[in-house]
Amino acid sequence: MSERRKPRLAVWKFASCDGCQLSLLDCEDELLEVAGAVEIAHFLEASSATAEGPYDVSLVEGSITTPHDARRILEVRAVSKVLVTIGACATAGGVQALRNGRDVDEFLRLVYARPDWIDALATSTPIAAHVKVDHELRGCPVNKHQLLGVLSALLAGRSPAVPRESVCMECKRRGTVCVMVARGTPCLGPVTHAGCGALCPGYTRGCYGCFGPMETPNTSSMAQALRAHGQAPDAIARAFRSFNAGAAPFAQEADAHDPS
Amino acid sequence: MTAPPTLRLARADLDALLDAVRADGWTVLGPTVREEAIVYDRVDRAADLPAGWTDVQAPGRYRLERRADEALFGYAVGPHSWKRALHPADVRLWRASRTADGFAVDDAPPAAERTAFLGVRACELAAIAIQDRVLLDGPYPDPIYRARREATLLIAVQCGTAGGTCFCASMNTGPGVTGGADLTLTELLEPAHAFVVEVGSPRGAAIVARLASPPPPATEPERAAAGAVVARTAASMGRTLDDPARVPAALQETYDHPRWDDVAQRCLTCANCTMVCPTCFCTQVSDTTDLTGDHAERWRRWDSCFTLEFTHVHGGSVRQTARSRYRQWLTHKLSTWHDQFGTSGCVGCGRCITWCPVGIDITEEVRALLAPAAPAPGGAQ
Ligand code: SF4
Ligand code: SF4
Ligand code: SF4
Repeated sequence: MSERRKPRLAVWKFASCDGCQLSLLDCEDELLEVAGAVEIAHFLEASSATAEGPYDVSLVEGSITTPHDARRILEVRAVSKVLVTIGACATAGGVQALRNGRDVDEFLRLVYARPDWIDALATSTPIAAHVKVDHELRGCPVNKHQLLGVLSALLAGRSPAVPRESVCMECKRRGTVCVMVARGTPCLGPVTHAGCGALCPGYTRGCYGCFGPMETPNTSSMAQALRAHGQAPDAIARAFRSFNAGAAPFAQEADAHDPS
Repeated sequence: MTAPPTLRLARADLDALLDAVRADGWTVLGPTVREEAIVYDRVDRAADLPAGWTDVQAPGRYRLERRADEALFGYAVGPHSWKRALHPADVRLWRASRTADGFAVDDAPPAAERTAFLGVRACELAAIAIQDRVLLDGPYPDPIYRARREATLLIAVQCGTAGGTCFCASMNTGPGVTGGADLTLTELLEPAHAFVVEVGSPRGAAIVARLASPPPPATEPERAAAGAVVARTAASMGRTLDDPARVPAALQETYDHPRWDDVAQRCLTCANCTMVCPTCFCTQVSDTTDLTGDHAERWRRWDSCFTLEFTHVHGGSVRQTARSRYRQWLTHKLSTWHDQFGTSGCVGCGRCITWCPVGIDITEEVRALLAPAAPAPGGAQ
């Protein structure tokens, strides 16, 4: 192995909070192994030194919200052999996708002293709406074990295994008692993509849907169950409008319950 | 015969029995209250059991409530099944490490700890018998299951309380225990809190022989009372599967029934029903490597016929719709399981009904599917 050229890794940031990149830095124990296995050629969150492309693997965090970023992602794609999107912003537009379908100019007037200095798109869109994405990792933030799993798989030349099943399956495998059935706590686990390890139910909270829609999300049946658990329509709309507000199944279900 | 077959154990002597089980080298798993439910976990003393608790179960709903007495087994089955211990959710099959001249594989199965299951219900004995048939009786017995199964002592309890979603009576799997356990307890709450104990195997007899003060034989009235407990429970089943003898063949005729579309509207394809089912045995296998590329592992995990990946073949998943996946699950449980393994795949424990987040009820779905073809069934809630 040691004779082989080390694969070159780049980490890119678009509109995001940096939390997913921090998940990589949070790999404390494994970080040295990562550094040993790959050449970290571009990772501004960790080091200001950058090396030019091409890169074997690019991890892309964040969504596309400006004309400048819409051009930059094309450049990133052009210099990346494998492009992996990480986190809800990159895979679904993030919480900033709440602006989609709203009056963005009004937001700009309200928020900025000089809105004329701001050059923003009307929407926040996932990376896959702009370029071809090879693998995507969901979550707000991503799960560090999944992140390491994908890197390890790519290094070994394997296809990464990222199950698209429900959070409930992780919940049941770990033996957690269902908070929805045993406590009546509303939980989005049945329509949410696995990956977190059923973190919230493990702490007796309902799932917030950080990982976005699972493979075949029956959101209307889910919404009916939330209704039966005492959630008003606006609460249901809000539940589907969080980190993955821009993901189509969640966006449509939210709209169906929005009283406005 | 080292011990008489039917004994009377005072409630106060239950700890002595547990001590004897442990002294015989068994770790005890049993019912205990955790996370607002009765789950199976380590039980060291009788005080760890859910004294005075019961569960109220309905489709998609489970709540703990206090009983008026101090019964230790006064509830039905909960979210866990013994499958967790016998056929674990996550298990490593092997690992390999790179060596100077190749790689070394470690595929020694993890040692199975001698484990006593306390409070195994009749439906659960039936479920274990089904998994035995599936995982052990064929040309390729599962060594992991076998090692765990052989290291298991079964202490059954005949049910004194039927759950709101139980239907073992119509599946002919309970609530009375008809064999397969090493010891079988029946809890009597009056005139005094005690257990009628039936010894079912030499292993069970060995435990009883360890008791410092051997329990007396149960009296005729005590044995009659134990029988009455079972009869009362059988008469208060929360649910029934109608006409079970007709079900396997009749379901074969329902392939195009509109009810499958109706249930598909409600089904979340979340897989909870398969995860909680004590007979569902499907697993997936996946490989992992670490960052250095010097270590690889192969893991087996519980899988479910409700995922797309489950039927993924070249070109995609065979069962794309919720309709086809729910139909596969129900008809396998109640119909094609007979063709495959010679029994039903359902023991009537009710877990899939209680733990379905939207309360889909297998007995109700069968009722609708097999109802005489009147105006199309529907309007489910
Ligand atoms: S707690 Fe939530 S994620 Fe877990 S099984 Fe229940 S509904 Fe599913
Ligand atoms: S199908 Fe449902 S009722 Fe039947 S054994 Fe499985 S979980 Fe229990
Ligand atoms: S029947 Fe219920 S538990 Fe089973 S997959 Fe459908 S919604 Fe989930």
